[in-house]
Amino acid sequence: MLAAIRPDSWNYALFVHVLGAMILVGALVTAGTAQVLSWRPGGDAGAYARLAFRTLLFVGVPAWFVMRIGAEWIYSKEKWADVPNEPDWLGVGYITADLGGILLLVSVVLAGFGARRLARADGGSSILARSAGVIALVVLALYLVALWAMTAKPG
Amino acid sequence: MSGHDWLLFLHVLSAFALVAALVLYTVLIAVVWNKDVPTDVARLFRISKMGDVLIAVGSIGVLVFGIWLAIEDDRYKVWDGWVIAALVLWLVMGALGSRTGKIYNAARDRARSLVREGNNSPNAELRALVQDRRGLWFHTSGVIVVLLLLIDMIFKPGA
Repeated sequence: MLAAIRPDSWNYALFVHVLGAMILVGALVTAGTAQVLSWRPGGDAGAYARLAFRTLLFVGVPAWFVMRIGAEWIYSKEKWADVPNEPDWLGVGYITADLGGILLLVSVVLAGFGARRLARADGGSSILARSAGVIALVVLALYLVALWAMTAKPG
Repeated sequence: MSGHDWLLFLHVLSAFALVAALVLYTVLIAVVWNKDVPTDVARLFRISKMGDVLIAVGSIGVLVFGIWLAIEDDRYKVWDGWVIAALVLWLVMGALGSRTGKIYNAARDRARSLVREGNNSPNAELRALVQDRRGLWFHTSGVIVVLLLLIDMIFKPGA
């Protein structure tokens, strides 16, 4: 029941968009969980920070591109560029996808430096890794808003 | 927002939770694959708790809200071919997930028992458990079934 009946040529684009978004959310959940576990005292912060960094870099970033390419593909298929006033849900989708993409990149960079610092210090926690975790969770929240906008289509 | 919109949102949100759990488990299987030190394996398996919650909420949510939507929406019937296909795939996914869970839970429990016994040296038995090919195949099959579910939901063959 993911969406209403539409031409098959649109479905390929929608499939790519939804699959990318689902994997992206999965990467954010995995990285966010690992980062939160790294905040616990004596919880082997370095290993969790490394896991979060690798998940964001090797799963989250490629999934973001798949989601974004799928979004442009379905945008062109549905010919939204020809519509004078785009609906609100489309705007919400664009803003959250692009802002989330920038924050995702920031999170990857911080997680990378944070994991490196933790490996060197061998223990304790790093403000960089913690910040990366918070940003990953903010991006996750943004994408849940996008998910609501894409399905409920307000406006 | 209408009741239909809420149902659709909750159905899709559940599907996202389900796939998020599969992504988490896939990452976990990949990172524990070459580990044989009990504390390393036990530590990494801590993230699986989140996956367990997401898979439970997601798999029940997609089923309940999906059937509700099929009943509520006049365009669809529960006995439509693509809806029945989705129900069959959901059952197969559950069976595969249960088998996968048993295999990897055994590895997690063995790692924890070794840690409790104070044995933290590399362990060949633990390595064999985390590299269990059956677990990998069941998990991969589960991922393929969920992909087929997504294709079924989007393309709605026969609708």
